[in-house]
Amino acid sequence: MTAETPLTAGIQANGDVLSLNRYEDMGGYQAFRTALREMTPSEVIETVKASGLRGRGGAGFPTGMKWSFVPKRNGDTGRRYLVANGDEMEPGTFKDRLLIEGNPHQLIEGVLLAAYAMEADFGYVFIRWAYRDSFLRLRHAAAEARAAGYIGEDIFGSGFNLEFHVHVSAGRYMCGEETALLTSLQGGRANPRSKPPFPPVAGLYGKPTIIQNIETLCNVPHIVRNGAEWYRNLGLTEESGTKLYGVSGKVNRPGIYELPMGTPIREIIEQHAGGMKDGLRLRGFLPGGASTPFLLDEHLDLPMDFNHIANAGSRLGTGTMIILDDSTCPVGMLANMEHFYAQESCGWCTPCREGLPWVEKTLTAIEKGEGQEDDLGILEDHCKLLGPGYTFCALAPGAADPLASALRFFREDFEAHITGRGCPWGSGGRY
Amino acid sequence: MVLTPDELALFDYGLSLEENPRSACVAAMKFIQDRRGWVDDEAMAWLAKKLDMNLSDLESVATFYSLVFRKPVGKHVILMCDSVSCWIMGCESVGDHLRRRLGIDLGQTTPDRRFTWLTIPCLGACDMAPAMMVDEILCGPLTPELIDKILDACEEADSS
Ligand SMILES: Cc1cc2nc3c(=O)[nH]c(=O)nc-3n(C[C@H](O)[C@H](O)[C@H](O)COP(=O)(O)O)c2cc1C
Ligand code: SF4
Ligand code: FES
Repeated sequence: MTAETPLTAGIQANGDVLSLNRYEDMGGYQAFRTALREMTPSEVIETVKASGLRGRGGAGFPTGMKWSFVPKRNGDTGRRYLVANGDEMEPGTFKDRLLIEGNPHQLIEGVLLAAYAMEADFGYVFIRWAYRDSFLRLRHAAAEARAAGYIGEDIFGSGFNLEFHVHVSAGRYMCGEETALLTSLQGGRANPRSKPPFPPVAGLYGKPTIIQNIETLCNVPHIVRNGAEWYRNLGLTEESGTKLYGVSGKVNRPGIYELPMGTPIREIIEQHAGGMKDGLRLRGFLPGGASTPFLLDEHLDLPMDFNHIANAGSRLGTGTMIILDDSTCPVGMLANMEHFYAQESCGWCTPCREGLPWVEKTLTAIEKGEGQEDDLGILEDHCKLLGPGYTFCALAPGAADPLASALRFFREDFEAHITGRGCPWGSGGRY
Repeated sequence: MVLTPDELALFDYGLSLEENPRSACVAAMKFIQDRRGWVDDEAMAWLAKKLDMNLSDLESVATFYSLVFRKPVGKHVILMCDSVSCWIMGCESVGDHLRRRLGIDLGQTTPDRRFTWLTIPCLGACDMAPAMMVDEILCGPLTPELIDKILDACEEADSS
């Protein structure tokens, strides 16, 4: 029996978009119709809660629980928002683009169901500017859905209204942080907000707002249609559903693979991604994007799910792995990543704004052979000062964690750069 | 005049879809940029008035977002991914090829104003690394040969 792949079943190998008709032929929008006809908003929330769905944007927060934090309407007619987070700028992450480009109606149906559950009347999809095709295809799909009566006022006579808007951003990683995203949508610099109040209570324009990752939302139609138990049984471990796993770096078949949650890492890398290229050896990997700490080859037999990866000292993050092979310099890799974080810091708080450029400069100096003896101590201090509790948002800890793990796992390589006054791989480190 | 009457009508329609004028500011700057290549001082002053924003407030938003251009750019904008998967896959060496071929460094525009070369964080195309975007079209995996082909196509399009 081949495993089920609900999220990507409608995505065509030739890259074409799935039309409304084809989506409906595959059972699309049935879940939404059923929910409107037969389920109360609370019942949708209960189903999603029971399914065990956890956020796919990095933090893994239980989705149904988040929805239940939104106050019930009880006659309140004020605006409420459902926001789909399609900023996807974390290096090494390339799963949401596939979902939007390949099957935009699946996302729209997810937005509709989530909005129905939290009694929202306005849905936003926030898309980064570089996802040009995603935007064009989604805009077209939204027009199709509107013409077919899925979007608008009093949808199918149910009394449920939804306005739908696609917002195109202008390029900053911080826009993906959920409260900074709201500020950005309101026309500001993408600085985050202090919590509490949390967005489900006071979010966009101060109104109740749920922010959800694209992949998270794409799961919802399948859960409502097939039930919570079906969804829970898709996972190989205690965790539910399927997951879009990604592999990039020097493997034979880099790409996105939809597999049961909890698929062993080795199977993902060796079987699906075709193993290492040209006889290269895997030295380590970032399991879920550039903000997750390194794991090593000794971790390859772990199931790829939130709890197992957390217990091993890292994070599942977005589930898109970046592979470090033995022809690539770990110091150069970190210098590249910290360049990204230093550039993308929103500048709101001092440790991040001032610390990250220092980290980047120190790493670049080490990579060039200009490192000093106490540089590794300086880097370790920064990892502490950029850690949770010292900064306003999770960007800085996400920059510090992979560095701290690299300093532990690849220490001899950092030292060799300093004592040997140069990069053993000769990569020199421009970034 | 910053916008032609036709453009203004479209602009005002777009504005009417937004919740308030300020929320439209990024889209408004991009509207101008899509038509003029960049957003000049005159356009900024006009926009600030139109959106009922303080000019320095609008400027602070403009400078926050990497893809709002407050300086002129070339006819073709090359956005090369410099993030980690593309770095592992050799974006620096294809960048060297681009540097030789265009005769400019990162962040610069060719003297004939044809090409501007910038970096961009991860394009979400790590399976086609190294990747870049040229005039909103995603290209990869890059090799020196593919870069030559793309640049030739741009030059051909310009001269026809
Ligand atoms: C700096 C930063 C960038 C982020 N970028 C994204 C992003 O592009 N997409 C996303 O879904 N979540 C992103 N997140 C996580 C969001 O803050 C939020 O947790 C998520 O969108 C919630 O959705 P989920 O529960 O469905 O995962 C980012 C977080 C931080 C700190
Ligand atoms: S941690 Fe960095 S990105 Fe986050 S608020 Fe502070 S300065 Fe901004
Ligand atoms: S790192 Fe270049 S496209 Fe993702």
